[in-house]
Amino acid sequence: MSVVAGRVIPMDRANVDTDQIIPARHLKRIERTGYGPFAFEAWRRDPGFVLNDPRYEGAKVMITGRNFGSGSSREHAVWALEGLGIQALIGESFADIFKSNCFHGGILTIELPGADIDFLVSKCRSEPETEIIIDLPAETVSLADGSWERTFQVDPFRKYRLLRGLDDITMTLEYEADITAFERATGQAATDV
Amino acid sequence: MSGRTLFEKVWDEHVVHSPLQDAARLDALAESGVSSEEAKLGERQELLYIDLHLIHEVTSPQAFEGLRLAGRKVRRPDRTLATVDHNVPTIARDQPNPDLLSATQLEVMRRNARDFGVTLFDMFDPRQGIVHIIGPEQGFTQPGMTIVCGDSHTSTHGAFGALAFGIGTSEVEHVLATQTLRQTKPKTMAVEVGGRLGPGITAKDLILAIINHIGVHGGIGHVIEYRGEVIRNLSMEGRMTVCNMSIEAGARAGLIGPDETTYLYMKGRPQAPRGDHWERAVERWRDLPTDPDAVFDRTVELDGSAIMPYVTWGTNPAQSVPVDGHVPDPETVPDEQRESAIRALNYMDLTPGTPIREITIDRVFLGSCTNGRIEDLRAAAAVVSGRKVAPGVSAMVVPGSGLVKRQAEEEGLADIFIAAGFEWRDAGCSMCLGMNPDILLPGERCASTSNRNFEGRQGPGGRTHLVSPEMAAAAAVAGHFVDVREVTG
Repeated sequence: MSVVAGRVIPMDRANVDTDQIIPARHLKRIERTGYGPFAFEAWRRDPGFVLNDPRYEGAKVMITGRNFGSGSSREHAVWALEGLGIQALIGESFADIFKSNCFHGGILTIELPGADIDFLVSKCRSEPETEIIIDLPAETVSLADGSWERTFQVDPFRKYRLLRGLDDITMTLEYEADITAFERATGQAATDV
Repeated sequence: MSGRTLFEKVWDEHVVHSPLQDAARLDALAESGVSSEEAKLGERQELLYIDLHLIHEVTSPQAFEGLRLAGRKVRRPDRTLATVDHNVPTIARDQPNPDLLSATQLEVMRRNARDFGVTLFDMFDPRQGIVHIIGPEQGFTQPGMTIVCGDSHTSTHGAFGALAFGIGTSEVEHVLATQTLRQTKPKTMAVEVGGRLGPGITAKDLILAIINHIGVHGGIGHVIEYRGEVIRNLSMEGRMTVCNMSIEAGARAGLIGPDETTYLYMKGRPQAPRGDHWERAVERWRDLPTDPDAVFDRTVELDGSAIMPYVTWGTNPAQSVPVDGHVPDPETVPDEQRESAIRALNYMDLTPGTPIREITIDRVFLGSCTNGRIEDLRAAAAVVSGRKVAPGVSAMVVPGSGLVKRQAEEEGLADIFIAAGFEWRDAGCSMCLGMNPDILLPGERCASTSNRNFEGRQGPGGRTHLVSPEMAAAAAVAGHFVDVREVTG
């Protein structure tokens, strides 16, 4: 992931929980894929729901309300958003576990002040054809027409890994000697148990 | 140097590697275009050792599949414990599971435990149960530990002075492979509850009051330590109920300093240290509580004496009022909560101004990792004893573990529930999350001892009111919400 460009879905609700993003009854699968069709299943029954609006079809970015992704730790919520084609979320705040899951799933979460979120929501509502450009290396988010731009912050190490697509476990296993030393030093080596 | 909090002590003791001191990593960051100065400022992730990893059937299959694809093993099967809880049936377990997807998921858990050498408390093991009930019950959960699980209610184990938190499936795979986790150090928040809980006021009312006070996002980025006289006077079961719902306030984890109550509960449990080991462990644990001069990033104070039995009226756990209150008028709530209150009342089919006591219910669910322990069942049984479930109400008890179930049967609690008209089920998560067939029908209204009243959580279109076990039992008998203190006199 380097640059994400496209239309934006305004999901203007606070505290959207992961049970809405993907209900528990769809967590029975043993794969990481196939959750997109069930994303926001209950809300999609409402014809007026934003995901049913064809003008946002193909959007890669979602603007979210405060505390998005609250509740359950299910990473399936991230897989469901991926299934919808979402590559980045822009919101005022995200629930901790969800935010971490997004990072592992390759979805970029961008936190901006409430006033910027309000602006983006109203812009994308009144002009659904609005396109946004997220430049991860530059840490900027801007409207494609150049009329608005903000910088955002992402943990440099997370950025590095997102840009390179590195595997977390491989990187941690570079410290295997430290892990073994820690286990020995704290009397937690496998033979001590 | 000022003292350290309980959380800081546990954290510091588990840091395997802190990248802040690692020149090679900073060089790698510099290569990617990040200056080493920026990297030092921005990179706060540390590699934490994990003492206990709990796993269950729903959030682990993809993690094990990842290990297989990469040819990796489970680093410490001896520090990993698996059970089946989210997706198990609570009736007719001896019959073939009619839900093929569920049956496959349970079978995959079995296969993964076998292939990777992980202990599994499977469906017919008497120790099977909700992952956050069985850890403490067996003595796996101990003070000062780091504990993780692919489940957000892992914070339950914080009741023992452990740092315990929920993780996603990618992190489950990371812990399986490395027994560590990369974490950014959270901030600390003290929730001080002074005074004394009134008669009939429970740990569930206390945590609902706390969440109401700090809001569902108030704890984001923080680990909460629950402190004060009210917390000290809680039983271990009560402390687990409080820590369990930390995530409902957005907190990363919740914990309580270990004390004599903790040690008394733990002593003699199958996995607890024995003999000299026990004495030495307790001595070590006595150093864990927060130092008197330690500083929290934030402190919130509540008066425990003022807490009433709580009932949620909305679709998040902060939307609650005392039982003698009314369904709120969205016009009178703070601006930023209005839209959410309107949506919630619409979903819950409630009219502003309705007294909580006039809300009638169709279903009662007693159970979950929040309130599925023996003490919860005793408290609820005391309320229903000699009474009957109201006509038209369907009520069920789902014990938190096979051992809780057995103990409740031995104590005669099961007979009390059955005589009152409750269904008596096998252990599991059941209607807390509506994954197995135990669900609400659209429009049904439930008094539930679980932890989340999200839209559709207990079944599509179902309406959940969170309450204590005593309040759920009283509602079952009355057919509507009542103040349990009036029922039991």
